[in-house]
Amino acid sequence: MVKGRQGERVRLYVRGTVLGYKRSKSNQYPSTSLIQIEGVNTKEEVTWYQGKRLAYVYKAKVKTNGSHYRCIWGKVSRPHGNSGVVRAKFKSNLPPKSMGDKVRVFMYPSNI
Amino acid sequence: MAPRKTPVVSRNPQLIRGVGKYSRSKMYHKRGLWAIKAKNGGVFPKHDPKPKAASTAEKVSKFYPADDIKVPLPNKRKAKPTKLRASITPGTVLIILAGRFKGKRVVFLKQLTSGLLLVTGPFKVNGVPLRRVNQAYVIGTSTKVDISGVNVDKFDDKYFAKAAEKKNKKGEGEFFEADKEEKNELPQDKKDDQKTVDAALIKSIEAVPDLKSYLAARFSLKAGMKPHELVF
Repeated sequence: MVKGRQGERVRLYVRGTVLGYKRSKSNQYPSTSLIQIEGVNTKEEVTWYQGKRLAYVYKAKVKTNGSHYRCIWGKVSRPHGNSGVVRAKFKSNLPPKSMGDKVRVFMYPSNI
Repeated sequence: MAPRKTPVVSRNPQLIRGVGKYSRSKMYHKRGLWAIKAKNGGVFPKHDPKPKAASTAEKVSKFYPADDIKVPLPNKRKAKPTKLRASITPGTVLIILAGRFKGKRVVFLKQLTSGLLLVTGPFKVNGVPLRRVNQAYVIGTSTKVDISGVNVDKFDDKYFAKAAEKKNKKGEGEFFEADKEEKNELPQDKKDDQKTVDAALIKSIEAVPDLKSYLAARFSLKAGMKPHELVF
């Protein structure tokens, strides 16, 4: 996260929102999160994003590794439903406070 | 054995696995073994065994383990470099997606034996030196640069290996001295390699209008851009 110099700010990720965990009406399964990717509205559009890496970036009070920012990495695994929502698995489960927060959907591992 | 000129064909068709159509005596006649015998005077032709090369007297070792040790099967697999995507050919402009140079547009030179892609900025244009990049972290665009004037044969994975650090003997005094004072200066011959590769490239880049500023600019996603709909 720390940049040595003031470089250009390039965004090479697509913004996404954490909607919550995979769930049925009264049970939720926190190992898989649901992500809404900006601009993706159908199941067919999701196939481009399958396998792409995700990062949930958050801030903490204590500095670890020289930075206040921390990150949980994950991957887009499959579409969820017909309208472009996506299931994702993270290295460790997303914390409940992440619901509604932004997530970064990177364009790698790339296939184009 | 000398290789056979005709493939081996069985004259005994299988009825089911393990059961041939013809009996032993019928096969004797079919194969013409009676004719081979007749040609050789009533007996099958015999070949004297080839003389064995005199084996050197093996020294028997005094110690060997009580139980037999299992020897693992030999592994003869050779790793091939990763398959190069069809969109990536020498001279293609690539967009680097991650790392220090993310967003930079860069020229692809060749694929190394390890599977990594050899890439250069060129350095004068956008500050990316001769570098290796993994195919998964790269987008291949449809823009191509003419790369015929560039000779990349001398670059391989060993060129990019870290220089072996000389081992300092650990003395007490040295812990307190600033050990890593000398900054890692890039050796002059690597700088010269960069210049020679870039010289030919920059000529072909300047031949195309706007290509130089295109390579100098970084790629970024803007509002409303959807990567799954973009054509690179």
